[in-house]
Amino acid sequence: MRDNKLLKFIVKRLLLSVVILFFVAMIIYGIMRCMPTSFVEEMARQRATRPGSNLSYQDWLDRLNAVYHLDGNPVTGFFGWLSQAIRGNFGDSWAYNIPVTEKFGQVIGYSFALGAVSFILQLVIAIPLGILAAKKQYSKTDYAISVFALLGISLPTFFLATLLKWVFSIKLGWFDLFGMVDRMHQSMTPIEQFFDIVKHFVLPTVTLTLVSVGSMMRYTRTNMLEVLNSDFIRTARAKGLSEKRVINYHAFRNTLIPIVTIVGGSLPGLFSGAQITETLFQIEGIGYTSYQAMIKGDIPFSMFYMLFIAILTLLGTLLADIMYAVVDPRVRVN
Amino acid sequence: MAILGKKGKKDSNYLSAKESRRISRENRKITDAIEKQRNRKHIPREEYVTKMRDPNNIVEFDNLHTYFFTDIGTVKSVDGVSFDIPKGKTVGVVGESGCGKSVTSLSLMQLVQRPQGQVVEGEIRLNMGEEAYNIPKVPIREMQKIRGNKVSMIFQEPMTSLNPVFRIGAQVDEIIALHNKEMSKEEVKARTIEMLEMVGIANSEGVYNMYPHELSGGMRQRIMIAMGLACSPQLIIADEPTTALDVTIQAQILDLLRNLKDQINSSIMLITHDLGVIAEMADYVVVMYAGRVIEKGTVHEIFKDPRHPYTIGLMNSKPVVGRKVDRLYSIPGNVPNPVDMPDYCYFRDRCDQCTAKCDGAYPAEIRISPTHSVSCYLYEGEV
Repeated sequence: MRDNKLLKFIVKRLLLSVVILFFVAMIIYGIMRCMPTSFVEEMARQRATRPGSNLSYQDWLDRLNAVYHLDGNPVTGFFGWLSQAIRGNFGDSWAYNIPVTEKFGQVIGYSFALGAVSFILQLVIAIPLGILAAKKQYSKTDYAISVFALLGISLPTFFLATLLKWVFSIKLGWFDLFGMVDRMHQSMTPIEQFFDIVKHFVLPTVTLTLVSVGSMMRYTRTNMLEVLNSDFIRTARAKGLSEKRVINYHAFRNTLIPIVTIVGGSLPGLFSGAQITETLFQIEGIGYTSYQAMIKGDIPFSMFYMLFIAILTLLGTLLADIMYAVVDPRVRVN
Repeated sequence: MAILGKKGKKDSNYLSAKESRRISRENRKITDAIEKQRNRKHIPREEYVTKMRDPNNIVEFDNLHTYFFTDIGTVKSVDGVSFDIPKGKTVGVVGESGCGKSVTSLSLMQLVQRPQGQVVEGEIRLNMGEEAYNIPKVPIREMQKIRGNKVSMIFQEPMTSLNPVFRIGAQVDEIIALHNKEMSKEEVKARTIEMLEMVGIANSEGVYNMYPHELSGGMRQRIMIAMGLACSPQLIIADEPTTALDVTIQAQILDLLRNLKDQINSSIMLITHDLGVIAEMADYVVVMYAGRVIEKGTVHEIFKDPRHPYTIGLMNSKPVVGRKVDRLYSIPGNVPNPVDMPDYCYFRDRCDQCTAKCDGAYPAEIRISPTHSVSCYLYEGEV
């Protein structure tokens, strides 16, 4: 009965998502066509100025437009793209010259590794610290944690990344400034190669963790405080339970409700890549790759990436709603 | 806590930031000292073991002072409260909202919001059989053995007093298992089912596996009572147990409490502002006003022969069946602001029998009969 309801809910949401995705794709395609950079114009200019070229810029442009299906208006162009995309054919990337999905497969692993590690670190650091801060509200510990959290929230990624680079790469020389592998990568054993990559991922991971840990910590603290002030915590104390049990069992289970919800919602985000961080450290993940594709005006790859992000976002909200029902018994019946 | 509410700028009690900082610094000093005293690793037994004045009492409140050290000043929520709860009797505590009824009971459970709220003076002696404990001094470890076991509390908000994410069974099991370590899981469950049946829940097996939100307010209050009675406590503190419930359920809950009290032979401290409930349930009545006991006596004495003008006003302001009045009496004015109260009868400004003497110090307790006493200048020299 209950499962049936949940299934119905999920199916309804998925159908709704399809409609949303259609419009998202349409808008993105429209924006892509309006972009000031055009891959085709750039290419036509190069071909026309190449020595021995016997065609003018305009001739090249017309030819290339025909080849890349840009000769029609954006509406026909969009439906042309869509008719292929729903069959799972996202075309070849213009900038990388290989199928979009193949390029995606090559880079997504790095983004996922980066995202997953910093996500786990974020949880492991933020939740206990948030609970500690709530438990000792207005104490020195609380203020110290809050300042740390606010620093993390307010520092922009690029500033923090630059700061870390300056300290750990330039001053201390522990890590390379950017890139995923060392100069000597090819001559290393496989194990050394693995650790070489790990070493290059340290600073980006630290950056991502520090930037995101603050808000999660504040969130945990706020929720924990709210729960600690509720009547059932007083009941738990009146039962004679130890403070440890009151906090780690009665209060924590309730704090978990909102936390699990946002954590569930951000799980798909692990695949979305971190565009700024990846670009700053030149980690060839999906964020960096799509950034490069976008500035080159690579419509197929950008379309695929944006649509992928849209799907992840929709999946995230759906997952958040399902998680809510899983952890909060009050939501289950409705 | 309502008392700790923030004050607006227009308030007559407006404090400058400097003043407020000074107050909080001083408060911090006082509360830190008390907390340090309390958080010592080893608190010698002599510090909290005392003797009952009368071994027939289960609890004796003796000159209890519970203060809240807030940023706007010290709130004397409970300011010299003394009364006894005899074994097997029900003591009703009445008074307006904010007069310190709940804080008195929370002091007995050591559940006052710390560090702002502190018992600064006086004793609460709890009869432990051979000896007595002075509750404010009892270390937290010992207190956890008393809470729920010797003294249990039923709160006034049944809707929010149960943990929403745990099943009813688990929540009742928890308190039984905690205080009866020798019981097996099956025994604990059997006891829980027995308790649920005792408080009049028909479908006890079904309710055992339910979540709080699946039950009505009356049912939840029954669960709270089941939890309160699970370990057969010697004293049950019922803090407005029926306020949140409708009248038919109220009567059922009160009946239930009274019957159960007789079954396990414990005492009840019944906190309410419903005089009907008091008349129905209590053996003794304590009337509180602005953190002090102004009159106490047996239920007969208080209802038939109220002495303090406030008590008289209370009695007049309750509707009586068969008596026709145009307007129900209400005591004029409001409860005074509890911050930094001067030393005079706090009811003076609302009293219609105020005399010149009332400008003097707070009136002493005057005994009218062995059980009846009142704090009012009107009865000075009468005895």
